[in-house]
Amino acid sequence: MSDPIGRREVLKRLGVAGALGALAPYGPRSAQAADKLVVGVIYVGPRDDYGYNQAQAQAAAAMKKLPGVSVVEQEKVPETTDVQKTMGSMIEQDGATLLFPTSYGYFDPHMLKMAEKYPKVRFAHCGGLWTDGKHPKNTGSYFGYIDECQYLNGIVAGHTSKSKKLGFIAAKPIPQVLRNINAFTLGARSVDSKITTLLVITGDWALPVKEAEAANSLVDQGVDVLTCHVDSPKVVVETAERRGISVCGYHANQSALAPKGYLTGAEWNWVTPYTIHIQDAIAGKPMVNFMRGGLKEGFVRASGYGKAVVEGARKNADTVKAQMLKGEYVIFKGPLRDNTGKTVIASGTAFKQTEPLLEQMNYLTEGVIGKV
Amino acid sequence: MTELGWWGVPIAVLGGAVRVSTPFLFVSLGECITEKSGRINLGLEGILVMGAMSGYALSYLTGNPWLGVLGAGAAGLVLGLLHGLVCNLPRVNDIAVGIGLMLFGTGLAFFLGKPYVQPKAPTLPAMPLGGWSASPQVQAALEVNPLFLIGIGLAVALSWAFRNTRWGLIVRMVGDSSDAARAMGYAVPRMRTLCTGVGGFLAGVGGSFLSLYYPGSWSEGLSSGQGLMAVALVIFARWNPMHCFYAALLFGGAGAVGPALQSVGITSGYYLFNAAPYVVTLGIMIATCSPRRTLAGAPGELSINR
Repeated sequence: MSDPIGRREVLKRLGVAGALGALAPYGPRSAQAADKLVVGVIYVGPRDDYGYNQAQAQAAAAMKKLPGVSVVEQEKVPETTDVQKTMGSMIEQDGATLLFPTSYGYFDPHMLKMAEKYPKVRFAHCGGLWTDGKHPKNTGSYFGYIDECQYLNGIVAGHTSKSKKLGFIAAKPIPQVLRNINAFTLGARSVDSKITTLLVITGDWALPVKEAEAANSLVDQGVDVLTCHVDSPKVVVETAERRGISVCGYHANQSALAPKGYLTGAEWNWVTPYTIHIQDAIAGKPMVNFMRGGLKEGFVRASGYGKAVVEGARKNADTVKAQMLKGEYVIFKGPLRDNTGKTVIASGTAFKQTEPLLEQMNYLTEGVIGKV
Repeated sequence: MTELGWWGVPIAVLGGAVRVSTPFLFVSLGECITEKSGRINLGLEGILVMGAMSGYALSYLTGNPWLGVLGAGAAGLVLGLLHGLVCNLPRVNDIAVGIGLMLFGTGLAFFLGKPYVQPKAPTLPAMPLGGWSASPQVQAALEVNPLFLIGIGLAVALSWAFRNTRWGLIVRMVGDSSDAARAMGYAVPRMRTLCTGVGGFLAGVGGSFLSLYYPGSWSEGLSSGQGLMAVALVIFARWNPMHCFYAALLFGGAGAVGPALQSVGITSGYYLFNAAPYVVTLGIMIATCSPRRTLAGAPGELSINR
């Protein structure tokens, strides 16, 4: 029997073909990277969580429609060395030159380490406190002054509450969260200084059962307006609706989940910072390392008012919102005491939203029942 | 709503015990049956998540949450049988298969469950058993889901059946000595496969409770290890179905301590209170373990005992 190509030869050829096949994706991908900006977006949770990650993913989806941009995404990446591996493979394999690591814990040390290793790649982190001189120039952070919307939430909650007790369910006592709790409380107390906010800290970003327990405990304590700062407010909003109290949303619009009790909500609009970063990267302009914005700049927005919002609340909140849109309203101004009685902002001092000290907030204002 | 103050803590613990314990109860009863037959199924976490997903999806698609519960059970049954059949092969380690099943179940549930995160499915109804009390807090704490009552009934029935029925005795014999069971003419692998399947069914139902009643929606972070904790709970309950019920109540109640204390203003040390269920487990484990004897009540054929 003739055997022109021996078995060994076949295996050899197959092996070569296999190796070529394995290498093949790199060719076209790097070619693609040359004429298209590849953007990598990394989420800490699932993209459709009715919350934090969904808000980021909505912006990423909008970016896919921009000409000359392709987006690679990875969800549920823990805040460990895993995120370094994800960043590495996005850069090496997909040719990404602009990364959006969107979770707080990615910043230090993971993103900073990768930024040193890949000085030509831009890293735009969500929420970190980028400091000139301390952090590399190819890194930066973007964030929105969502405390403005939380303040508006507080005003509406203050008008709505009959028991004068509000509830706040928070994941972790980090500065951004504390700032939201404080803004919410200050907003409510601008309506009635007798109002207090009961705070429950669950300990992690997504603990649905514990969040439901916290919501039930707070309702049992007489709280009649609830809000939260967790990754997915779905459970809190639904539990509030089931127990028949009002609720303010967070991250995204949850009004569909609580048609009766949804008052208003604080929502992100990440399309604005994403677009700026991408346009700068395409134009080759140096990146904006410290990017912040509030209602005025279009980084955040408030959900439309729900049915339960009374006329007075609407009017009051709209007036303050109009001032915020002009950039004239100051939320954190002295004299401001924390809930242990210590003065944290001296009389006569007014912190504008851009004040970096506000991003290091480590206290709870007067009226919050809880501890950092 | 009236002020409640300190009374809020015991009421929250009671409410928490009733609300949170059901998934623990079902998963641990399922695991109890499986382990009584001489196998360990560590994959119940995966089955729980799969059950939560399929229950929610079916409830959404059919509009009937009870069909969702059944579907969740069926999904659990299939995965349980898979574990049982794989473990029937020679030299297969049930613990390793269980870990594989755990990853497979959660992964499959996340993959298939993507389209069901956003929509709102009809959830299971609650039975208001607190009507005798004027306090709305007590009424809310005693809103009981029928599954909780079914779970109690099941625990009672199982502990009776293990002692008094032919079927219960066969399961125990298969689990205690496969040689004796073979000598009596029973097919050991088939019994164990069936028991693992039934265990999977119950774990699936436990999962549907999470997505269809409390907290009552499907998301990928839904289970924070309830399935794994329930497996540990079986050892803690010494393979006794009634003790599984008490242990499930204890875990549910302990989980409510952290949020309840914070809402009455006990604000320091919340990380410690949040760890309460684990501290309780550790404490009881240490108190009841002895290096001089094996665990009382442990089935003899369990691979951890052999």
